[in-house]
Amino acid sequence: MDRPDVPALFLHFLMLSAMAVGGTQTVMPDMYRYVVDVQHWITSKQFADAYALAQAAPGPNVMYVTLIGWQVAGWSGAIATTLALVIPSTAFTLLFTRLTARNPGAPFGRALRRGLAPVAIGLTLASAWVLVRSVNHDWHGYLITLLTVAIVLRTRTNPLWLIAAGATAGMAGLV
Amino acid sequence: MLFWARYVLVERRRWFTEREFVETLAMGQLLPGPNIFNLGLMIGYRHAGFAGAFAAIAGFMGWPFLIVIGIGMLYARYEHLPLVQQALSGMSAAAVGLLIANGLKMASVLPRRWRPWLFTALAFIGVGALRWPLIGVLGVLAPFGVAAAWWEKR
Repeated sequence: MDRPDVPALFLHFLMLSAMAVGGTQTVMPDMYRYVVDVQHWITSKQFADAYALAQAAPGPNVMYVTLIGWQVAGWSGAIATTLALVIPSTAFTLLFTRLTARNPGAPFGRALRRGLAPVAIGLTLASAWVLVRSVNHDWHGYLITLLTVAIVLRTRTNPLWLIAAGATAGMAGLV
Repeated sequence: MLFWARYVLVERRRWFTEREFVETLAMGQLLPGPNIFNLGLMIGYRHAGFAGAFAAIAGFMGWPFLIVIGIGMLYARYEHLPLVQQALSGMSAAAVGLLIANGLKMASVLPRRWRPWLFTALAFIGVGALRWPLIGVLGVLAPFGVAAAWWEKR
């Protein structure tokens, strides 16, 4: 593991956060690419664990970004990635609210939304792809993933129960 | 989280009508960053200016930040235990399932035309399968996607 460069971590996450149209899950593959593949600061398992733990924690799901910063460099890393997450979206949102307070359904806004939605969906599925390959090593894992997908699509189960069920299945030695 | 946001803002506090809520949320989705966070910011700013915006940020990030750090500390201490490892593997497998289902739900509202699906596929292949840097993929796909949507509408 290389010694982490916190300013570089901050700047990369700042750039990604400014591109996170459609939600932060769209930039997760590039977070992974940067901290795992390029910089080798954490392993793919640490990344996946951080993601899973943050989904189980109370609070917004995006807190995995904080946890990844923590894994990379402790307090300074956690503060760096969290600020990088907050600053661009705050700036854009306040600016946008000021500019378009009167006219939310403007044609350009609609085109922007309709044009970016398919890209955001592709990126969300790419995030899932990157994670699924670092998480599951045999068919047991894939089976749990598939069952979770099926349950979410067919019922209104609280996601926390599904994470808890996954943890239980894991502890029972099924993964 | 979204469920609770709607419940409190629309039904209990009545700060928003249903329609305003949906429109504000759509705007939050258009902007970079976590949707729900952007929504909170817009609400805070609308009701109390910058003070409201900062209250929203603090409310969103304060406790969750400390909780997640606490989890990180526990993880650093106990991750090597076999039982913890197993639980984490199972949790991760389920968490990925949630993410896939999330993507599929989003995809289910795409119009049944080839163009949006082409952009979805290209984004997936570029960033997911080929692991290209996001900035290049998004830099190409976003302008073309928006232009196509603009052109298609007429």
